[in-house]
Amino acid sequence: MLITVVFFLWPAGVALWQSSSAQDPFGLTSTFVGLRNFTTLLADPLYLTCFETTLVFSGLVTVIGLLIALPLAAMADRVTRGARAYQALLVWPYAVPPGIAAVVWGFLFNPSIGLVTYALAKFGVVWNHALYPGQAMFLVVLASVWSQISYNFLFFYAGLQAIPRSLIEAAAIDGAGPLTRFFGIVLPLLSPTTFFLLVVNVVFAFFDTFPIIDAITAGGPGQATETLIYKIYSEGFKGLDLGSSAAQSVVLMAIVIALTVFQFRFIERRVQYE
Amino acid sequence: MIEHRRGFDALCHAFLILGVAFVVFPLYLVFVTATLSADEASRSPLPLLPSTHLFANVADVWQHGAGNAAVPFGLMLTNSLVMALGIALGKIAISILSAYAIVYFRFPLRGACFWLIFVTLMLPVEVRIFPTVEVVSKLHMMDSYAGLTVPLIASATATFLFRQFFMTLPDELIEAARIDGAGPMRFFFDIALPLSKTNIAALFVITFIYGWNQYLWPLLITSKPAMTTAVVGIKSMIASGDAATAWQLVMSATLLALIPPLLVLILMQRWFVKGLVDVEK
Repeated sequence: MLITVVFFLWPAGVALWQSSSAQDPFGLTSTFVGLRNFTTLLADPLYLTCFETTLVFSGLVTVIGLLIALPLAAMADRVTRGARAYQALLVWPYAVPPGIAAVVWGFLFNPSIGLVTYALAKFGVVWNHALYPGQAMFLVVLASVWSQISYNFLFFYAGLQAIPRSLIEAAAIDGAGPLTRFFGIVLPLLSPTTFFLLVVNVVFAFFDTFPIIDAITAGGPGQATETLIYKIYSEGFKGLDLGSSAAQSVVLMAIVIALTVFQFRFIERRVQYE
Repeated sequence: MIEHRRGFDALCHAFLILGVAFVVFPLYLVFVTATLSADEASRSPLPLLPSTHLFANVADVWQHGAGNAAVPFGLMLTNSLVMALGIALGKIAISILSAYAIVYFRFPLRGACFWLIFVTLMLPVEVRIFPTVEVVSKLHMMDSYAGLTVPLIASATATFLFRQFFMTLPDELIEAARIDGAGPMRFFFDIALPLSKTNIAALFVITFIYGWNQYLWPLLITSKPAMTTAVVGIKSMIASGDAATAWQLVMSATLLALIPPLLVLILMQRWFVKGLVDVEK
């Protein structure tokens, strides 16, 4: 019986698992032309711009996302009345597919009938994210932050709930106000959560924002919002430049691994664990 | 509550309400726009209060679709539902079995298997998407439910979660079961499975939403409009260029597409929140 389970169920799991992992870009013919794809890639100014865009975009999404979610969680943790209601409502975006979030925000900022566009026009701001790169980037970041907000909120909230009440009470007795307590005690104790969310958000911004970019700007105007993952898509599937696309996949994969290692090595050291 | 500071509390509430507004306002507008008539929806500025055409719009989209995607939206929703359910159930079944095998059975290369699984954790589907598509097309799975679901089922995260959970089960439990004459299958179905109910529920929410939210994958795998999923379908309803988009229809479709994941989320929120935090840590 034991043997059947091991040799029947497990291989089934492995087979399924391998069917997906055998498809790593390393196995493609592109690797056989040596490193040519990579050298052309790195010499390509367009690719380097795209690299920059990705960094700016991920940085903005991560930082803004965390900066909004943290105070929200801290305040939801503080108020007694209505905390559950706030929490229930703030969780909603998690269920909204990024693609749909993008459509909705694109609709709000639609140059001809968007509501926000209309409001902005009253203040004399002309909004057209199909024309102005800065506005396109702003909108893409906004939609990404929006769809990631509940995730960040939930984790900060759970992290806050795990902090022992007695610590905070002790500080309050010693005369520390809410802000002092927050920066002196809560924030350092929250650093594992923050660190974790940092990693997750960067990964989110790198990969899962594809639908947002595709639905709002399609990488435009020009190249203003074209991130690495979007470029892989547009070159591989639209441009049919398979070699270049595969090389980009490998680069991207290397980035992910490097990023993870870097974050664990250097940031974790400064993170306090209880 | 540690001390009373009315002003500060009010500030907190104000900020929270602002946050909730930021989150809910777009969704509210989706609802409002979905209730407008074609005439009202093409005027600027759009009204902020709901009108009366909700059911007409929903029925229209359900039966005829809109824009370029002249496929009934009901069909797309079915596609999405099949895909999300397939991924959720498949993922849970596969990962619970493989985790069970990893934890309870000794076989050659057990450690290696585990690390192989762990490494895939670091590689999101999007990175290896291109080769995956090639394999799927070689297997002639394009434009089919199998092609939509199977490649996304293989998942390290879920296996990892169940492994962690199985390791917390005390050895005495296994010994007791063995003394009572229960074989591995019996132990699995009668003890391990019931004990992991909470985990399964949480994982179901997460994977269902994951499956529902897929965008890039169905975009690549399906070329026939009749096979597209709801999320991709909505995007294709937006007219590009000069053609006018029927926003009231698009938003009705959006509303419909939001109902299943929201329903799952709200109904299972308690497990979901706990599970999400457990899964990812």
